[in-house]
Amino acid sequence: MSRRPYIRKVERSWWLGRRRYVMYMIRELTSLFVGLYCALLVVGLWRLGQGRAAWDGFLAVLSSPLGVLFQLLCLAFAVYHSVTWFALTPKAMPLAVRGEPIPAKAIVGMHYGAWAVVSLIVLIAAGI
Amino acid sequence: MSENVTLEILRYRPEVDSEPHFQTYTIPYEEDWVVLDGLNHIKDHVDATLSYRWSCHMAICGSCGMMIDGEPKLACHAFLRDYRHDVIRIEPLDHFPIERDLVTVMDSFIEKLSSVKPYVIAKHKKALSDGENLQTPLQLMAFKQYTLCINCLLCYAACPQCGLNESFVGPAALALAHRYNLDSRDDGKEQRADVVASNEGIWECTFVGACSEVCPKHVDPAAAIQQTKISASLDWFKARLLPGARR
Amino acid sequence: MARSNKPLLWLPFAAGGLVAALIIPVLILITGILMPLGILPLPYEKIAAFAHNPLGKLILFGAVALPAWHAAHRLRMTAHDLGFGDGVAVQAVCYGSAGVLILAAAVLLTI
Repeated sequence: MSRRPYIRKVERSWWLGRRRYVMYMIRELTSLFVGLYCALLVVGLWRLGQGRAAWDGFLAVLSSPLGVLFQLLCLAFAVYHSVTWFALTPKAMPLAVRGEPIPAKAIVGMHYGAWAVVSLIVLIAAGI
Repeated sequence: MSENVTLEILRYRPEVDSEPHFQTYTIPYEEDWVVLDGLNHIKDHVDATLSYRWSCHMAICGSCGMMIDGEPKLACHAFLRDYRHDVIRIEPLDHFPIERDLVTVMDSFIEKLSSVKPYVIAKHKKALSDGENLQTPLQLMAFKQYTLCINCLLCYAACPQCGLNESFVGPAALALAHRYNLDSRDDGKEQRADVVASNEGIWECTFVGACSEVCPKHVDPAAAIQQTKISASLDWFKARLLPGARR
Repeated sequence: MARSNKPLLWLPFAAGGLVAALIIPVLILITGILMPLGILPLPYEKIAAFAHNPLGKLILFGAVALPAWHAAHRLRMTAHDLGFGDGVAVQAVCYGSAGVLILAAAVLLTI
């Protein structure tokens, strides 16, 4: 009896097959919206350098319906990035104090705490 | 629940089949049966040509891994009663060549496993008269979780990177390397790094996390790989910024 | 197998992931909701002063450069997952785009 191992092809659509992989792809695509928003910030820096009129024009574009819609989309993906990033951090960096491991929930909690603190500082700096 | 259940099994006999194809079997439904019991019933009473690996029937030998309704599972660990519909689809583990029916070709995995040097590598060879290695319970706890792997390959079947790149060293092998790197008796991290810290090693991983989700022994290979990424990155920078430092 | 140089790309990716997670949402909250609603007007003088302050420059650069790098590296890996391979073209588009953003931010913040 001769051997003839059969090799199954992996389809390009492999990630659509199960919910787990779809969620993974969405998680990865959060970075697209993070990147696009960074590009927006760079445009903002550019307009800021061009003077008040240019800056006000930039703010006007941000306030337009399309501008707000795009940013809301970015916000949704950015928040999903934060939530998934914090959830994965304890796996990548299990911390221990004097040999005793710190529970994952505590590490995640500390990240949410830092998120709240950073957000508050930025809001205060922006003039809230 | 009905008195029968139908198993739709991917068959492949190279001497008669040009390609794999599904064959359905209707077997009795028993409340306490696992899928493996169903396969054994088929083998004994319906179709003796069906080929599959199995041994312990208690999720410790790692032999009976297969795709059950598209999910990598141990056949002895998947209860018929948990599949609410009457047709259960059974296929060999993804990402491995099919030898015959539900039997896959595991050779690539065996090579990958040995390539990470899965044994204690001591800096200085001890004489018998030096006595045994000493290890505290706390030192054992640091790596114990990663010793539990039963080489069932469910993680390789779940990992999309294993599907996209045949040369990816893979979750189980990398988790085992991590087990030895964390072992207080071991000094072999540097020797393992040529494989572990290569492009086909930890760097092929994108932390999908499916491997850890399907692992029947809760080894958490995904965690092992991410921890190794941090360790390998720090070693990489240390080697370039502090050339004389011991890694 | 040879030791990989991926750490050079990966550590900034990891740092960028953390920075993005901590700071991007609140920035979008400000520019996308609070400013359009008039709650935080972001007047030119105030923002320009912040961008002229050395600490402000550092913060703005970090908030843009690190997440941009994070996005570039992650999108490179995702392109491979989607079947576009990991060739020079993919890498050039990903890291090149991030490079443009990082360079632009550096230039705009120093002038």
